[in-house]
Amino acid sequence: MPVTTIAGREVHVDAEGFLTDPAEWDHDLAAELAAAIGIELTAEHWKVLEFLRKDFATQGETATTRRVQTVGGFATKDQFALFPKKPAKKMAYIAGLPKPRGCV
Amino acid sequence: MSTPIVPNFDDEAGSGRKLAIICSKGNLDMAYPGLILANAALGEGVETHLFFTFWGFDMIAKKRMNDLKFSPTGNTAMHMPVGDIRVPQALAPMPGMQAVATKMLKKQIADLGVPEVPDFLDQIVGAGGHLWGCRMSADMNKFTEADLRDDVEGIISASDFIEMTDGAQLLFI
Repeated sequence: MPVTTIAGREVHVDAEGFLTDPAEWDHDLAAELAAAIGIELTAEHWKVLEFLRKDFATQGETATTRRVQTVGGFATKDQFALFPKKPAKKMAYIAGLPKPRGCV
Repeated sequence: MSTPIVPNFDDEAGSGRKLAIICSKGNLDMAYPGLILANAALGEGVETHLFFTFWGFDMIAKKRMNDLKFSPTGNTAMHMPVGDIRVPQALAPMPGMQAVATKMLKKQIADLGVPEVPDFLDQIVGAGGHLWGCRMSADMNKFTEADLRDDVEGIISASDFIEMTDGAQLLFI
């Protein structure tokens, strides 16, 4: 499993670069991950990321955009505005979680 | 220090890709493949257009979209999703069978967290998808834009749709 250096520390990632150990994640790292894919985090981004982290902790699976909408309460449109084009993958990446496995 | 490993979200490459999905079926089960693929494509940053025609037109018709049915009749591949139980074809058209099958399918879909058709279309539009009604289907049903979901962008002819989706990958369902 590759190890990469982000925000001056070593983190474990998969072949694509998604974190494989959610425990290595914190807010400073999230800001760096976001910056690496061209996103500057605002208060609105943080609300979504916090939902994703909390949901993953209880479900053991990364929420899909559908779940972020129905359970998290963030409209699909807003998800696309905050994490352009590929919200599901970008949200998961910045939240230090695996890509969602669900289809919807 | 080596370059950090960062996923390539391919934002630039995705910008030219376009997908056109022709939804021609109005059965509850056959409404879903197009919606699931459209939703997935939008989530990958692909410009997506859906064209509703023939029975697929019911998916965007206000008074029909909540009432799509699933019937085992004529579907010789039909079996229960779990357990491989088959309903004999001779029994498939029995009264009540369609209602039971529809109810079961709706429950299975809901259990997976997948929305009902109108709700799913809301999500697709929220994700930037484009909905189009077929001119001939509208004429046959004597429907105008007022009879369709408000977010249908227009009732257009087959040639308009082909012209609009120049260069797109196309799916007929």
